[in-house]
Amino acid sequence: MLGEGILKGLAETAKNFAGSYVSKERLTTVQYPEERVAPIEATRNFPFLVYDGEDAFAGLRCVSCQICEKECPPKCIYIEKSKDKKPDYVGKPQNYPVRFDIDISVCMSCQICVEVCPFEAIKMDTVFELATDDRFGGLLLDREKLSKSNEYYHTIHPTEATEVDARLAEEKAKVEAKAKAAAEAAAAKAAAAPPAPPAAKPEAPKPTGGAE
Amino acid sequence: MKTVEEIKAAIEAAVPGAGVEIVQNPGPAAQHSLLLQPEHAVDVAKFLRDDAELALTFLSNVTGVDWPDKEITEKVKVTKMVTKTVDGVEQQVEETVEEPRKRVEPGYLEVVYHLYSMTKKHGPVVLRMRTKNRTDAVELPSMTPVWRSAEFQEREIFDLFGVVFTGHPDLRRILMWEGFKDHPMRRDYVEPDDYDYEPTAHDAVLAKATAHQARIAEQKGAGQ
Amino acid sequence: MSASATRQEGWSKAPAIVDYGEGELLEVSMGPHHPSTHGVFRMDVTLQGEQITKLKPVFGYLHRNHEKLGEGQSYLASMPYTDRLDYICSLTNNWAYALAVEKLVGQEVPERAEYLRVIVGELTRVQNHALSVGFLIQDMGASGTPLMYAFKEREKILDLFESLTGSRMMCNYMRFGGCRVDATPAWLDEVRRVVAGLPKFADEFERLLCTNEILMARTQGVGVLPAELAMSAGVTGPMLRASGVNYDIRKVDHYGIYDRFDFKVPLGSHGDVYDRFMIRLLELRESIKILEQALRDIPDGPVMDPKAKIRNFRPKPGEAYGRIEAPKGELGFYLISDGSGNPYRYRVRPPSFVNLTVLEDMCLGHNVADVVLILGSVDIVLGEVDR
Repeated sequence: MLGEGILKGLAETAKNFAGSYVSKERLTTVQYPEERVAPIEATRNFPFLVYDGEDAFAGLRCVSCQICEKECPPKCIYIEKSKDKKPDYVGKPQNYPVRFDIDISVCMSCQICVEVCPFEAIKMDTVFELATDDRFGGLLLDREKLSKSNEYYHTIHPTEATEVDARLAEEKAKVEAKAKAAAEAAAAKAAAAPPAPPAAKPEAPKPTGGAE
Repeated sequence: MKTVEEIKAAIEAAVPGAGVEIVQNPGPAAQHSLLLQPEHAVDVAKFLRDDAELALTFLSNVTGVDWPDKEITEKVKVTKMVTKTVDGVEQQVEETVEEPRKRVEPGYLEVVYHLYSMTKKHGPVVLRMRTKNRTDAVELPSMTPVWRSAEFQEREIFDLFGVVFTGHPDLRRILMWEGFKDHPMRRDYVEPDDYDYEPTAHDAVLAKATAHQARIAEQKGAGQ
Repeated sequence: MSASATRQEGWSKAPAIVDYGEGELLEVSMGPHHPSTHGVFRMDVTLQGEQITKLKPVFGYLHRNHEKLGEGQSYLASMPYTDRLDYICSLTNNWAYALAVEKLVGQEVPERAEYLRVIVGELTRVQNHALSVGFLIQDMGASGTPLMYAFKEREKILDLFESLTGSRMMCNYMRFGGCRVDATPAWLDEVRRVVAGLPKFADEFERLLCTNEILMARTQGVGVLPAELAMSAGVTGPMLRASGVNYDIRKVDHYGIYDRFDFKVPLGSHGDVYDRFMIRLLELRESIKILEQALRDIPDGPVMDPKAKIRNFRPKPGEAYGRIEAPKGELGFYLISDGSGNPYRYRVRPPSFVNLTVLEDMCLGHNVADVVLILGSVDIVLGEVDR
């Protein structure tokens, strides 16, 4: 019958239109920004640097090994290594980044920096409302802007952050046990042979987690 | 499916004087390839397509590879007459010494064809052809009359590598624009100095940006 | 000028061009910014009246020399760039590249990862086919509504991708020797729920469109591609099967674990636009079948081979060509390794680029308005054509 297809099409459209008042399935529009869809946990957008504790500088996990800078496919990371050292989360003195810039106008959110980081220092953020009126300066994030606390990491990726914390705690426990054993051995040695030799410095093993 | 050796034998039986060589692939994929002589390539291709047992009707992939001139330094054993004092008497003695010698292995452009059979559902059979050099003798016969799927892919190789396919019906640039000079996929391609660099440049980009800005400043200075 | 004289003999079996006698030919440049060309793509068309007598596709507007980029960086760093080839189907691009590299180094993939690859690959096929059918109808002039129905379904699948891989379109999910992250049971349940709803969507779509007389009048007998030409021109994917050639790489190569699934390969008989449209809808249904089987059988286990290397990945010298049946056709990667960390040669064999070879043959003798439809039925993505 001529016009049958048009009638069918109109019926389908009418069904969807009427259905949108009763069924959530058929009403797919969300009135952003007043309304928002529920965030998805695995979402990734741009990288940030994680720090432990209160102080963004003292707790910064990054030791500026520059692996992410080398592996970054579009080369959007720029790191300047420090000359001096600061203690990391196990107390071992490590370098820190004097400058850590990510140009998010170049970054393509591929997550390879996160995968190659051996120190769990760089993670993916979920912030997407980054519009700015300064194309160059506004989209170039420096170390201060990139540093975000571990608590923040827990709020955006709770499952992943818990896993990372467990892994780091395990490593820390291992290092502490080793340090303790070394200290005991040194003490025993000192007791056996009195002019005391300088206490043996515990050697922290290089953390290996994170390389999926 | 036939092995590469069997295919080679079949080609040589069908196309006399084809002079096919086997190029071994040392990797775990073991996709060995057949190196064709350009003079006989079209005949060989027609045979591969029309042979009832092989029936390689489907040319899947055509691509170019650039192998630039290689400078090889090798030690060569040379026999020389050397004056030596043996038992207090000076005499000419033959002696073999190793001398480093530099030799330039000429580069070439290579075209690789991956063939499958749509009817027999086997493959791949890999064909290769090589140009004589990378500058003036870069002609190779086109496979487009045999397999139509080579049409755009050979145009792309002409565009990006600079291989000239004789017998191609419409050999023009395809990805770069008309009037573009160089062939960007060659390994010695130098990017034109016509960029606006972002202010966050670093590493290699920073070096390039500095050179670029210095050149612009120089040109401005010369213009005044 | 007679148009048929410019073509090589035996290439084209397009409808005979009606000679209107003395008349001027009109050259029109369709594109590059034309809403129907699915990206920046131009066709230099010569018209005699309304009929096409010559059509030359012009592209390269999106050319960024993807292959050169791949040669200048490590094997892993090319993975996120493959997402940007066919940006509708990033996961199958990942898969093809991972497969080629795994062939190059002889890497095994764990069972669960193979299942996950099939699940995400078939979901990609479903959303690509839904989208391409939707766009085809949009090209026909049915602005919006059917396309939005297709988008609605695609949105659900993109949400699944986001919760698994972290990104809706640029997934960057597969690695050499497995997948980057494991799927949670909750994710698999969500996939089961979405897959259970897909047949309903396909029914609704078919009811709405398949017997629509406007669609039939516009597509049947338009843009016929004969089987011999399709084979010779290396056309692959739904376009080849619509011409009646039974060639599906999932069935031919059995790459991954496709030999374990029971599915059919739909074939067309006319090779016109309508057949290509129907083949996509039928393939969508077969993909649902594969998804149901994969979701039923997926085992537990690791998703990454523990021996696989991420950093300092250096394959031994050699070469490999790996290919998969991407939603648009055969997607192949050809890699040559010279033993260093970067590939010596990194080549993408893009399906839509090769499928465009026959665009002129299909369009000759048809009206200008049909060109838009025929191009829509080829299903191209310019990110892949131009690379």
